[in-house]
Amino acid sequence: MVAYPELAAIRLGHGLSSQMPPPSGPDEILASVQAAGPDGETISLNQIRKMRSRLAKLKRNQKKGGKDDKGASEAVKKERRRANQRAQKEALRRIARAVDDPFGFGERLVQFWADHFTIAGNNTDRRLMAAAYVNEAIRPHISGKFADMLFAAETHPGMLVYLNQDRSVGPNSRLARRKKDERTLGLNENLAREMIELHSLGVGADYTQEDVRQLAKLLTGLVYTPRRDKRFQPNRAEPGAETVLGQSYGGDGPAKLRDIRAVIGDLARHPATAQHLARKLVTHFISDEPPQPMVDRLAAVYTDSDGDLSAVNAALVEAPELETHFRSKVRQPFDFIVTSLRGLGITGEQVMALKPGQAYRWLIQPMTSMGQKWGQPDGPNGWPEAAENWATPQGLAARIDWAMRIPPKLRPDLPDPRQLLQAALGDTASEALQWAVPKAESTQEGIAIVLASADFNRR
Amino acid sequence: MLNRRLFLKSSALIGCSAAAHPLLSSIAFASAPSENRLVVIILRGAMDGLDVFQPYGDPQLRKLRQTISLGPDKGAHDLDGFFALHPALSSLLPLWKAGELGFVPSVSTPYRDKRSHFDGQDMLEAGTGTDLDLDRQRDGWLNRLLHNMPGAQSETAYSVGTEDMRILAGDAPAKSWAPEIDLRISSQAQMLLQHVYHDDPLFREAGSEAMEIAGQGVEGNREDKEGGPTRDARALAHFAASRLNEETRIATFSLPGWDSHARQGAVLERALLRLADAILTLRKDLGGNWPKTTVLAMTEFGRTARENGSGGTDHGTGGSMLVAGGAVRGGTVLGKWPGLGESDLYAGRDLMPVADIRAYAAWAMRDLFGTSRDALETSVFPGLDMGENPRIIRG
Repeated sequence: MVAYPELAAIRLGHGLSSQMPPPSGPDEILASVQAAGPDGETISLNQIRKMRSRLAKLKRNQKKGGKDDKGASEAVKKERRRANQRAQKEALRRIARAVDDPFGFGERLVQFWADHFTIAGNNTDRRLMAAAYVNEAIRPHISGKFADMLFAAETHPGMLVYLNQDRSVGPNSRLARRKKDERTLGLNENLAREMIELHSLGVGADYTQEDVRQLAKLLTGLVYTPRRDKRFQPNRAEPGAETVLGQSYGGDGPAKLRDIRAVIGDLARHPATAQHLARKLVTHFISDEPPQPMVDRLAAVYTDSDGDLSAVNAALVEAPELETHFRSKVRQPFDFIVTSLRGLGITGEQVMALKPGQAYRWLIQPMTSMGQKWGQPDGPNGWPEAAENWATPQGLAARIDWAMRIPPKLRPDLPDPRQLLQAALGDTASEALQWAVPKAESTQEGIAIVLASADFNRR
Repeated sequence: MLNRRLFLKSSALIGCSAAAHPLLSSIAFASAPSENRLVVIILRGAMDGLDVFQPYGDPQLRKLRQTISLGPDKGAHDLDGFFALHPALSSLLPLWKAGELGFVPSVSTPYRDKRSHFDGQDMLEAGTGTDLDLDRQRDGWLNRLLHNMPGAQSETAYSVGTEDMRILAGDAPAKSWAPEIDLRISSQAQMLLQHVYHDDPLFREAGSEAMEIAGQGVEGNREDKEGGPTRDARALAHFAASRLNEETRIATFSLPGWDSHARQGAVLERALLRLADAILTLRKDLGGNWPKTTVLAMTEFGRTARENGSGGTDHGTGGSMLVAGGAVRGGTVLGKWPGLGESDLYAGRDLMPVADIRAYAAWAMRDLFGTSRDALETSVFPGLDMGENPRIIRG
């Protein structure tokens, strides 16, 4: 029997903190989700636009000045470096917010939904865009209506660019008909496919290639213009009605964003979506082999509440499966690092104060070695869930290595390992771990044994 | 095993190469099931075979594609008067000429119609047909090959990279490691961790593998000082080769970045340069073992025959497989060409697969390791009909 506060902190949050008390009960943990809303510090789309035009201007100067204008080249370089450091700062902010979150549940939800609606990219611009996207499209909706999150995510420039919707044009749209050069303008199926396969119904549901095609036509008109905030241009939209999953959309007059809103509402309301989301949540929070009764329960809550995620969250935090499947899951590297920092008593402020090189070597690069290159999963399906994907020889070696080398750098006055054991795992530490920790030859190794243990790496 | 490892460690300490030690090479290496080597590279994201090996001799190509796959006029290298090699693979042209590079123009797994990357990759790595529920099928076909390889040990097969490769997952012991990992740990800490992991099978196994490999002091890619966009790919290949030069006979890793929905020219160029450098690194590092090596580069499915509205291609069906190595019958096209006419296409949009990609892999394994056809058709790829030998291995 694990007490609820420990159970909730370990399973629903980022572990116990040596600074903050665990949640007393389900109500307190639900109320804390509020703290994971949008913040005013994360870069915004408008700021990204400004940075971009500043860089473009500096590049024009550089071109004008020619090779001899060292100052102009230096200015471009400096601006690039600034943007790059800002992108890393945004990754740190995600860590810092998770470290400081009262119980961690809100930030875990942010990570879950950001992964469900993965956007990835390795250049500075895309990384900044991803930060804005999470703050603008995910955070506002983690306890709101799923349909609103679906709409916000699918129409956010970050997603439009990542899944190429910004390049998709109705083959019979005004724009395509006007264009006379040999470059063809036409559909791009990418977003339409993932919207059904990954974001709503799930790949096992009953839909066809024709539904994907029709949805791709319906989505034309969505656009990202770097210069101004405009998300829909009717002249790019395919005229006429489209039929998706047996339902007809549009066709009455010019194409409108409202038609896209309508199909998104229907996708959110689809019974397959309820099952798909419930299964994913239970897989992420409870077990790689999700117990079907709980999946059905969450799906029913989702359906009965018309896709209200606050109701789903409530069902999740009260689930008896939290206890019956205790430590069925392995923490992903981001979660492992955040949980370690909380256990060690590092604050978000300290995280944000790291110098760029330190932050990279101590936090960002280690996630890559552990198998989770931050912000860059291979595809729009995000990171894998199964324990076997993370507790690999190389992945575990990277965690042991981190646990050995990094804590003394982050906190030169390391706590006594027995204290850390108590602070991070409370009464849940196994006998084997309690036996081993005091036998370590140094404080540093004792700390490493706690952080590298299966108890700590599971949730 | 334990003795050999201790021996390896101590021989490294006194500065003598393990492979050169007469006693060690005659005893430990005799157990290797074969001298042949197989490298399987999974290309994640669906490689557009029609752009990599451009059928410019087919008049339909120009009608389907206007800005990509432009053939020898735009820098692609003619291979046989019909197909041309994508310009980004220029560095592999000498291999084609030496008979060490070939390709199969249109193959696929049995996966059809939903065109999901993730189900497609799962099926490619599981090696099963459509009759099995993918979620229940956790092991991969390279692991099942090990079950059918007399003398196979855990060193026989290696998965390389930070990712867990499903293709090698399963209950036959195999190794996995990433080139950048460098773990140093005291023997006391090692002992304590073993104790802590003991009751957790997953951590116990991963932990003891980790400490064992770390103890061997396997080299990363330290001598490769050159950076550049293909560095990761070279590191994977370099590490794979270092293992294949020892007891390992099967290595697998993946290269992502093939999902070219837009601006395909740029996307594919990046991915192809990495693939080319991986292959060239294998060739260089394997040295005398290269003539015994076969590389299969496989992807989950091909892409639409038509170019889409953004200079890219969407998810399709038939795709090509690249075959390289000193052991392969290269310099030639290793399969039939289905054509690009409207009625030739699958579902009116995709290249029609002419053969099951698993049959090619199966024949390669039969020719490399002597695996029986029966084992291949019932255990490694259950339910597969291998058909005629396409002879991708030089014989």
